[in-house]
Amino acid sequence: MGFLDIDNTTKSYGAVEVLHKVDIAVEEGEFLVLVGPSGCGKSTLLNMIAGLEEITSGEIRIKDAVMNGVHPSKRNIAMVFQSYALYPNMTVGQNITFGLEMHNVPKPQRDKAMKDVANLLQIEPLLDRKPGALSGGQRQRVAMGRALVRNPDVFLFDEPLSNLDAKLRVDMRTEIKKLHQKLGTTIVYVTHDQIEAMTLSTRIAVMFGGYVQQLGTPQEIYDTPANIFVATFMGSPAMNVVPAKVVVENGRPMAHVALHDGTIASLPFSQDNLAEWDGKDIMLGIRPETITDEDAADRKSENIAQMTNRIVVTEPAGSDTFVTMTLGGRDVIARMRSDANVRAGKDFQFAVNMEKAVAFDPKTENRIAP
Amino acid sequence: MSIASQDTAIRTGRVTRMLIYLVLLLFALFYMLPLYVMVVNSVKPLDEITGGGMMNLPQVLTFEPWAKAWSSAQIGVEPTGLSPYFWNSIKMVVPAVAISTVLGALNGYVLTKWRFKYDTIVFGLILFACFIPFQIVLIPMAKMLGLMGLAGTTSGLVLVHVVYGVGFTTLYFRNYYAVFPTELIRAAQIDGAGFFRIFWRILLPSSGPIAVVSIIWQFTNIWNDFLFGASFAGADSQPMTVALNNLVQASHGVKEYNVHFAGAILAALPTLLVYIVAGRYFVRGLMAGSVKG
Repeated sequence: MGFLDIDNTTKSYGAVEVLHKVDIAVEEGEFLVLVGPSGCGKSTLLNMIAGLEEITSGEIRIKDAVMNGVHPSKRNIAMVFQSYALYPNMTVGQNITFGLEMHNVPKPQRDKAMKDVANLLQIEPLLDRKPGALSGGQRQRVAMGRALVRNPDVFLFDEPLSNLDAKLRVDMRTEIKKLHQKLGTTIVYVTHDQIEAMTLSTRIAVMFGGYVQQLGTPQEIYDTPANIFVATFMGSPAMNVVPAKVVVENGRPMAHVALHDGTIASLPFSQDNLAEWDGKDIMLGIRPETITDEDAADRKSENIAQMTNRIVVTEPAGSDTFVTMTLGGRDVIARMRSDANVRAGKDFQFAVNMEKAVAFDPKTENRIAP
Repeated sequence: MSIASQDTAIRTGRVTRMLIYLVLLLFALFYMLPLYVMVVNSVKPLDEITGGGMMNLPQVLTFEPWAKAWSSAQIGVEPTGLSPYFWNSIKMVVPAVAISTVLGALNGYVLTKWRFKYDTIVFGLILFACFIPFQIVLIPMAKMLGLMGLAGTTSGLVLVHVVYGVGFTTLYFRNYYAVFPTELIRAAQIDGAGFFRIFWRILLPSSGPIAVVSIIWQFTNIWNDFLFGASFAGADSQPMTVALNNLVQASHGVKEYNVHFAGAILAALPTLLVYIVAGRYFVRGLMAGSVKG
């Protein structure tokens, strides 16, 4: 039994089921991120944990106590909302202590708790101001302060950074991670931003169409995506997924992929069981950073394949240069060093780290496990 | 800013501008005319009015008509002046406005933040109350008041006005709360505030502009109402409007026009005051929902 158990939980509105049998066990101190595109059901799931939405079937338990039908305020949870939801008519201090006041905590204790939290988040100078007089980042801190002061079992974050500008978002991300490391609290965090998911979480649940597509550590999700959706949703730029054919040469399964001019490149798989797919079509998944030039290829890899292909576009981005080519009839992006000698329209010899390549069944779109 | 205003302001020559102001001034004077006539004639002795020259300024300034209208004019059979009826109106208007505004706020709160099945139909039905003509309900209302033992009392009038006003106040507050962020309500729920606590501590403190709209609207309508007052009030609960009518329509003796004018101004004064004090919030409140929504 975990600390927070989501047990075969479904949610329906009328006849429409929007969440299908979600099953997640969160351990104490874990940072679980629910990530997915809009409408995948991640916010609904969070609201069900919070008690703001009813559970249609299944069970949600916190510390082994069933939460179905329990009022939000009695679940010992705290939530940070996307709009921060600070009470506009109250000062920052009153905002932070409102929850304690509602739970009949005496005033001296409330003030002490408020001071501690204000100190932790460095918002002491703001305590007498109204939310309207704060900047976005300050509001964000106050919203977190309001959650922290209750010392809840589980923190729920509903896209807390999406209203901030890009730079502040990165700062606050680090801030949240620091806070988690310092306090060791259990967090469930909803976002549509896969970078936030990767950087913050100890585990990620990738959601799509009301299903949890994959649940795992960021590394597992990134390296061994369960299906094509997860592979292309996580990572920026997205994983390249191109049609290929498995051909066994000298007892070794090879991926045959069409180059820009229709000639076939033969890339050896590291995954032996693909021999069973001899002669069949698959979808080949290659991360952009595993396509490089010879010099930048991973030294530890035992399976670097060479491939000469025409460069269509180069996009220098400072730290890297993104190179677009045509592979298997689709645009494929390679992430090269910024000083790589690449020019549009020229042929270039790429090094592909096939150890990191993954294969998908084109019918089910699921990964073919080794 | 200056660049923007140069681009957007309509540029006009001096002559056109003078013309515009002249026309506006004429209209303003025209609209002020009734008030002028009322004020001027309320401070004249009666013979100056009956001698013709309604538009003239008074030759002898007297506040006798005001004193008479307030405290000694013949209303019906008693020479009481309008003052007891003024207090009758206050006793009716204040509770009626307060109750209908609070009820409207509660309705708006429930209809937007505690949604239930068919809530739009319920709202539609409440809204329907705004369109029912007064005359239709006179007889059923009289019957109801009789059954409840409220016939001819101020409480009965308060009830009638609350029932009639709730449709409007609900409409105002519902539309105002519809754009009030629901996440705030959810945050308060998680913080442990209940239904009424959220209402008093979170929602009402943010409802200033729309409360002003509701109060002005209700105050004006209820204060100026004549039909319900004439139909349902008893001898000792008649509002100002009914008393004014009785003063002006008196069929015996000389028509004291100056007293009638003074009485009419007295009857209009409270609504005028409410507008002057809260008028600018009225417009602000009407706009509040529409701009941000």
